[in-house]
Amino acid sequence: MKAIVCVKQVPDTSGKVAVNPDGTLNRASMETITNPDDLNAVEAALKLKDETGCKVVVVTMGPPPAEGMLRELIARGADEGVLVSAREFGGSDTFATSQILAAAVNKIGLEDDDIVFCGRQAIDGDTAQVGSQIAEKLHIPQISYAADIKKEGNTVTVKRMLEDGYMTIQCQTPCLLTCIKELNAPRYMSLGGIMDCYSKPVTVYDYNTLKDDPLIDPTTIGLKGSPTNIFKSFTPPQKGQGKMLEGADKATCETLAAELLKKHII
Amino acid sequence: MAEFNNTNLADFSGVWVFCEQRQGKLQPTVLELISEARKLADDMGVEVCGLLLGGKGVGDSMAKELGAYGADKVLVCENDLLETYTTDAYAKVICDTVMDKKPEIMLIAATNIGRDLGPRCAARLHTGLTADCTHLDVDVEKYAAFLQEASTLPQAQIDALDRADRNLKMTRPAFGGHLMATIICPRFRPQMATVRPGVLKKGEYDEAKANAVVVEKIEAQLSDADIQTKVLEVVKEAKELVDLTGADVVVSVGRGISKDVETGIKLAEELAGLFGGVVGGSRAAIDSGWLTADHQVGQTGKTVHPKLYVALGISGAIQHKAGMQDSECIVAVNKSDSAPIFDVADYGICGDLFKVVPMMIEAIKAAQASK
Repeated sequence: MKAIVCVKQVPDTSGKVAVNPDGTLNRASMETITNPDDLNAVEAALKLKDETGCKVVVVTMGPPPAEGMLRELIARGADEGVLVSAREFGGSDTFATSQILAAAVNKIGLEDDDIVFCGRQAIDGDTAQVGSQIAEKLHIPQISYAADIKKEGNTVTVKRMLEDGYMTIQCQTPCLLTCIKELNAPRYMSLGGIMDCYSKPVTVYDYNTLKDDPLIDPTTIGLKGSPTNIFKSFTPPQKGQGKMLEGADKATCETLAAELLKKHII
Repeated sequence: MAEFNNTNLADFSGVWVFCEQRQGKLQPTVLELISEARKLADDMGVEVCGLLLGGKGVGDSMAKELGAYGADKVLVCENDLLETYTTDAYAKVICDTVMDKKPEIMLIAATNIGRDLGPRCAARLHTGLTADCTHLDVDVEKYAAFLQEASTLPQAQIDALDRADRNLKMTRPAFGGHLMATIICPRFRPQMATVRPGVLKKGEYDEAKANAVVVEKIEAQLSDADIQTKVLEVVKEAKELVDLTGADVVVSVGRGISKDVETGIKLAEELAGLFGGVVGGSRAAIDSGWLTADHQVGQTGKTVHPKLYVALGISGAIQHKAGMQDSECIVAVNKSDSAPIFDVADYGICGDLFKVVPMMIEAIKAAQASK
């Protein structure tokens, strides 16, 4: 039994974000972090490991430095890392990414009692699409927005959040779950974990490793195989500078009220 | 399936909207999508078609309403297995119907259900899906006008757009709202987008159109074996969720209320109450547990465009501004005169909100009484 967790290294958009003059993101100047929702997915897998002793494999697609993130996740308690990295994979949209990650999961080997965990969405794109698309490519059931997960035998029961409540949904393994922050509080790296993280395996899957999977086809992966393309990217203009009102006293508030009255807001 | 899809783009026609309903109630955002689909379809000279899935009788009440906002036709699929949403049943019926009837565009509301369903369908249909869009265009002149207003792109780039382009241009925020990206799906159909609730405007109800809508019932090829998940229960949370997107006035609080959270929220409630408005919060206010997640305004929360937005003790991180900067009038109160929120505020007051807001409440009460 395994828990396979798909994770992504993302620029930290909560800090300073630098934009190049051409409207693209200046990634070089930004800190990278493990995508926050993905940490909840890792924690869900580690909890399952605590309960059942299952193996936890963390998988990411990205450039070679993403290995550092995998080592950190191993230090938190994961057993193995898989880095999916090749020039051919670059520029993939969510569709193409899901083809490649599904092929990587096939390579790791999806067994009857396995669960694939993903974060709900990544903070750089906010699409929330890759998890569902991996599930489709693997022909396994998906349950998204998981806020509680129970596994008994090969039956998984999930509290799936909606805007106005929740559903309780059951399915059989193998399945894919996308995790939200309400699910758990991610644990930190342990001292022992840090000591051991370089003695555990991180395997690189390049194009040759995956190319025999039918999902890996030049027409369905990478920039050329992506159904969607970026047509334009741009920065929104700053709204015209408003009016700073003088002072912060009763007269200021009366001025404001008069303006709102004039604009028929009052 | 790729072979199916890639054959001839010209075979695909019409703008479709997935009409999400829960327990027999149409999700209000669907009417925003229908109104938008109407505009796109008029630019293209094609039909708007609603796709409505549910249990027995679901179509009877909703088809007219969908027609009133611009649907020419509603495809209704009623089946006991569609009574409650499951990814597998809905994805199968939608994909089967799309493959049969070949729409050019398919819009889905970016709700928790839409964002579960859309990617699964797009993956199966072998087409692109753009997530959480905030603006859509087919007509290039309209897109150029939008760029002029909403982007900092040089005029030459806007002038250079190919006027004959008929792809759906799907615009959405990326990187927490720091960038906007327009995405296209030129080689596959349908062009699919999930659309953020509360952003596009609902049109006017038109009784004549409501009566003219064509309803076509379709049969689902569906059995228990198609559905890999079992819904044990659907629970509606008893608590009233705040209707941020529907409110005319939103008063939001941020980190600035930290020294006395209870009073800060009470002041915001009192101020909002003067207008029959609601209280919202920045990410800081939600992450600190002062307000529940349904109050969050911003990139990861709700996008609002009320008549009046008041920001109390909110510094104005770009991810917050992304959710409120299109409000008609913005008032900001903040201790720091360099807070970025003042860049988007129509009226800024630099001061202690705990002192300013009570005076503001009195001044507004007086102004209301003077009317």
